[in-house]
Amino acid sequence: MSTPLEPTGSLEPTGAETVENAIELKDVEGLSQGQIVRRRFFRHRGALGGLLTILLVALLAYSSIGAFGIPGWWRFDHLTLGEVQNGGSPSLSIPGLFGADTLSVGDHPFGQDEIGRDIFARTMKGTQTSLNVMIIISLLAALIGMAIGAVAGYFRGWVDELLMRFTDLFITFPVIVIGAVLGNFAGSAGAFWLAVALGAITWTTLARLVRGEFLTLREREFVDAAKVAGASSFRIMRKHMIPNAMGVIIVNTTLLASQAVLLETALSYLGFGVKSPDVSLGTMISEYQSAFSTRPWLFWWPGLLIVLIALSVNFIGDGLRDAFDPRQKRIPSARAMAKAANAETVPASPSPSTDGNER
Amino acid sequence: MVVFFVKRLLMSLLVVLISTVIMYVLVDLSIDPLEELRTSTAPNKDQQIANRIAQLRLDEPVLTRYFSWLRGAAGCLYGNCDLGENWQTNQPVTSLLSGAVGTTIQLVGVATILAIVLGVVVGVVSALRQYSGLDYSITFISFLLYSLPVFWVAVLAKVFLAINFNDFLTDARFSALFIAIAAALAGLVVSAAVAGPRAARWRNFAMTAVVTAVLLVYLNLTNWFNEPSIGIVLITLSSVGWAFLVTVLSTGLRNRKALYSALSVAALGAVLWLPMLYFWDWARDAEVLGWPLVIGALLVGLMVSAGIGLAWGGPDRTRSARTAALTAIPVSMMLFVDRVMQSWGSYNDNQLIKGRPIATLGRSTPNLEGDFWIQLIDTFTHLLLPTATLILISFAAYTRYSRASMLEVMNQDYIRTARSKGLTERTVVMRHAFRNALLPLASIIPIDIITLLGGAVLTETVFGWFGMGRLFVVSLGGNQQDPVMAYIVIVGILAVIANFVADLAYAVLDPRIRVAA
Repeated sequence: MSTPLEPTGSLEPTGAETVENAIELKDVEGLSQGQIVRRRFFRHRGALGGLLTILLVALLAYSSIGAFGIPGWWRFDHLTLGEVQNGGSPSLSIPGLFGADTLSVGDHPFGQDEIGRDIFARTMKGTQTSLNVMIIISLLAALIGMAIGAVAGYFRGWVDELLMRFTDLFITFPVIVIGAVLGNFAGSAGAFWLAVALGAITWTTLARLVRGEFLTLREREFVDAAKVAGASSFRIMRKHMIPNAMGVIIVNTTLLASQAVLLETALSYLGFGVKSPDVSLGTMISEYQSAFSTRPWLFWWPGLLIVLIALSVNFIGDGLRDAFDPRQKRIPSARAMAKAANAETVPASPSPSTDGNER
Repeated sequence: MVVFFVKRLLMSLLVVLISTVIMYVLVDLSIDPLEELRTSTAPNKDQQIANRIAQLRLDEPVLTRYFSWLRGAAGCLYGNCDLGENWQTNQPVTSLLSGAVGTTIQLVGVATILAIVLGVVVGVVSALRQYSGLDYSITFISFLLYSLPVFWVAVLAKVFLAINFNDFLTDARFSALFIAIAAALAGLVVSAAVAGPRAARWRNFAMTAVVTAVLLVYLNLTNWFNEPSIGIVLITLSSVGWAFLVTVLSTGLRNRKALYSALSVAALGAVLWLPMLYFWDWARDAEVLGWPLVIGALLVGLMVSAGIGLAWGGPDRTRSARTAALTAIPVSMMLFVDRVMQSWGSYNDNQLIKGRPIATLGRSTPNLEGDFWIQLIDTFTHLLLPTATLILISFAAYTRYSRASMLEVMNQDYIRTARSKGLTERTVVMRHAFRNALLPLASIIPIDIITLLGGAVLTETVFGWFGMGRLFVVSLGGNQQDPVMAYIVIVGILAVIANFVADLAYAVLDPRIRVAA
């Protein structure tokens, strides 16, 4: 006979819920926590699509016009003035769209602006800026938020009070307001400093969440055990608590990243972010919006890329949240349920694993 | 409890005070009032720079300037406001603000209310149909909306909703293809939302598609877009529809008294249609027509309807009264909208409009003359685009919130208990689940509203509304310290109030939260 603690096999399947649990447990048998999370993430179709899209966009943006001093394969760059061909209209044609019947890229697939700059090169440059800014903002914000939240949640008392009031200073105003004030002078110093400035103000949500997580984690037995073993506070936080709060941190950093893209482009659009000669998707939209009725292509591409980046990152975040959330259950298909129910009812004798338990 | 809240409030005000110091220094670093003088080629450039430094006291330390600014701002507490001035036009900041606040409230008010109502309804439906095609579509759409850059959407809206729609209005006819697609789409959405067995789905699909198609054809045949009206027939029919819908949601059709009270209200609405038209004309001639009168009429309508509900009697007459009053809202709104529509023709033919009614810039048509109804339509056509843009963005957030909180509630034990004791699904959803699912929203909505009051910075910029957000952007871009600071103080104080209201609302609504401090 099995012990009541034995989770699978021996329990009588009493209903749909039991069958569901059985499928779930069988699914993750013998896997580590990391493997389970990874598996769940890659099963999330939206998240996988988002990941692929963002990788493709990044690959295209960095390889086409080159980055970090390495030249790319595209023949124009974002600054060279050229001769305006064909009224600057896009030479990209895709079969089935706009009455075209051949697939061709042409000289200027996204068209040219009124002084002959290649829009493809400019869009790619803007995408690079937005991606760089997004990465810097989210990494910086994650680091600051993690540190402040961890210290506040671990030490509690006056340290917590002080740090949380400090956080309140940043929450008092909408991010776009502080962002505009900071971006107005940080932006003149270049996209990098803009990203640093924005990272320094967007960590608040994460700090609050990490603090909440730490407040519950510090009451757990493994923290007591580490304390008894003589570990320092810093070591307990780094080795025992942060890994346990990693789910919250990763998920919220991802969601922050998608907001960061929108924040940077919005500030650049208002003129308080990336400034010319640097190109951002936001500055492109602000530069070209008046030309919308005559040259809509100047306007389409940067906007589409912003949507593409933000949407993919949002989907990745959603997938990560589902993957990390232990309460999240995948609903098995009707066929899987029926199969599992059959498998459960057929063996009259206890399954091999319970046999092993008995001996 | 009181002590706790007072302590919190004082603490937050202290935080705002400290943050104004920091922001004053940051804004001072961020702007450069000498910007255009540096590049100027005027012969007396140095003299001009010196003058401006003296004018703005730029030679004094920034903290000295902060304290003199703070002294002026503190005057606001005892009615002696001095928030500085715009140094280019010498306009006092207080007068700039008063106009901007009104504009922002007008812009944000309608958008927020609509976004909350739509977002909550869609989110709840999505949660009730979890893991269905409808749920996945709504999730995808809300993600998409959440990822849209406002300034980009706004420009697209200008082109597609305004310019193209205005073009469409010159010859307002739907094509057969459009009607077919719209009908199929409406049918799909409704049948997916109502769900049920396959036969019922098909029936719902067919019914909705046919109704939609008939409606669109009717609009085509009557040249509706040029002479829009609802008409007494449609008002009567849809009032009865509303009566049924409200009763289904609030008490269920089996409560006959509630149904009869709702139907009486619908009948009353239909009967009042013609007298009300005369009433509005009389009010215009007597020059009492305006928002106070409209709101007063609505309140009277609500009270009369509640009275009708009570008059039907029965043991639960308060519920009949509530159902009747709820029915009165859509019915009276239809009467009102019908009256507004009757002025559409004269608005559209106005010299200043020239048949292109949907506006893309500003808050109202300058120099437009007309009665209350004309001005109302003018406001509406100007509000349409920015409101639609704002709704798109915040709608997504509310959908996500309400879906998540509804799912959370539907998995609670008390829902299972309610089901197992044999309550109808309507009672379980509307009474036990929906009310509790609204709780978390009570703490989010105040903060959202206040954030928006701080100005829909981007929307105001694109659509040229001179509200709070635009004031901030223009002042920051124009190197104006005082208006920027005034904006920052107001937003800070509003944020404190919002957080306070959110805490208070939560504590009032949810007894578990109450603190014993």
